[in-house]
Amino acid sequence: MTTAMLKVDNLVTHYGAIQALNDVSLEVSQGEIVTLVGSNGAGKTTLLMSICGDPLPTSGTVRFDGKEVQGLPTSQIMRSGLSVVPEGRRIFTGMTVEENLSMGGYYRSKVEIAESTEHVLTLFPRLKERFNQRGGTMSGGEQQMLAIARALMSRPRLLLLDEPSLGLAPIIIAQIFEIIQKLREEQGTTIFLVEQNAHKALSIADRGYVLEHGRVVLSDTGQALLANDEVRRAYLGG
Amino acid sequence: MEAPLYFLQQVINGLTIGSTYALIAIGYTMVYGIIGMINFAHGEIYMIATYVAFIVIAGLSMMGIDSTIFLMVAALIVAIIVASAHAFAVERVAYRPVRGSKRLIALISAIGMSIFLQNYMLLAQGSRDKAIGNILPGGWHFSGGDFTVVLSYMQVIIFAVTLISMLLLAAFISRSKLGRACRACSQDRGMANLLGINTDLVISMTFVIGAALAAVAGLLLGMYYGVVNPYIGFLAGLKAFTAAVLGGIGSIPGAVLGGLLLGVAEALTGGYLSTEYNDVVSFGLLILILLFRPWGILGKPEVEKI
Repeated sequence: MTTAMLKVDNLVTHYGAIQALNDVSLEVSQGEIVTLVGSNGAGKTTLLMSICGDPLPTSGTVRFDGKEVQGLPTSQIMRSGLSVVPEGRRIFTGMTVEENLSMGGYYRSKVEIAESTEHVLTLFPRLKERFNQRGGTMSGGEQQMLAIARALMSRPRLLLLDEPSLGLAPIIIAQIFEIIQKLREEQGTTIFLVEQNAHKALSIADRGYVLEHGRVVLSDTGQALLANDEVRRAYLGG
Repeated sequence: MEAPLYFLQQVINGLTIGSTYALIAIGYTMVYGIIGMINFAHGEIYMIATYVAFIVIAGLSMMGIDSTIFLMVAALIVAIIVASAHAFAVERVAYRPVRGSKRLIALISAIGMSIFLQNYMLLAQGSRDKAIGNILPGGWHFSGGDFTVVLSYMQVIIFAVTLISMLLLAAFISRSKLGRACRACSQDRGMANLLGINTDLVISMTFVIGAALAAVAGLLLGMYYGVVNPYIGFLAGLKAFTAAVLGGIGSIPGAVLGGLLLGVAEALTGGYLSTEYNDVVSFGLLILILLFRPWGILGKPEVEKI
């Protein structure tokens, strides 16, 4: 039996008195693209962020490479080989592309940062043109690319993405999904993708989970979920 | 000839005091930028640094050392170390435990810390003024007609040291890893955490940097006035806070601009009206800016998040 790279067991997270996650269990194995779909407010972002320890889960375990990480400080969890592209991108708008990228590789050496910068600029040539421009002055698509590039600066083995397609033009969305697949193929990066755009996400995913009201209600291969009647009705518009 | 020279003298005096306000104001503005609180104990850090500088200068002088440069450098180094250590400890003891709770709680904790530090120096050094002699006397005189403009060597040192400190800070903030992390934290601390940045360490360093600049101000202003007592931190702190708000709290260039403006405004008040009105003008300015432009001269209006 192979151990999963990311294994979440019986995770419960509260926001004050409100329970946002209810006994969620899932796993992501090395080299997989796994997606989590669900409607607005189902708890997708909460799940992703609970893995990072922000917010702290109330109970349950999160294992990364077999080691329990729940309860550790967020900055320590994020140094163990995973990166996140959070909801709303959250790039540092007052800082240049170069500065944003250097923050992504914060705990690595100068040489490694230079190497990673070169690597992400070949993935996103657009950022090369904008290298000394402030993040806040770029278009939404460019900002999303910067958020992904920044997350890649630490050479993560697991990349967590929260709605990377939100609010972007279809052509940019297509590019971003292409890059996600390319990352897995060329770098072997494992991907955990949270999406409202269920059709797109499920069609590139090996496996998927469906979250409803803070619970996992379905899990199957991406293709099977795409063909599933319930999923089609609820998330794919018929 | 007399009137413009008199005016020039007031501006020189104003920029001298203003430079030191700016140095102290940076500590307020950086801490506000990163954790959104007003560190009301910051004035006390400045006061402690002034005492330390005095003690070092007096001690070394008693040992027979009379090189002004050596005295100043030694006093500066020790004052920076002691002030930074105090600021580091204050953050750990009084602010970190209440971080994340309501703003009012952090504010009360800061005021408590301010009172504590003032009394701690009062116990250690007594309430009476301590004075040191002028170790850098003299200056340049430019006379025209009846009036002579004096630019003392001490004033030149104040401008030069302030300028060097600002340039070092600017280089640190824009180039160094930690300086950039400070900026990242002040924009989105949660995100900085998600990138593996130890934000607690960044916050501690912000306090240390602010304290180091306050220590520079403590030495300079201490030498300029020649006296210290445990209460000087209160007024200096309020003035620097005013300067920070005037320039736009959270903005470093704003703090510098605010400090210089405030210093000049005070000197002109003192020169043309009466020095008794200095504080009236300073805090009058604070009230006006809070009423009509609360985000300051260089700040950006903040949208209150609901």
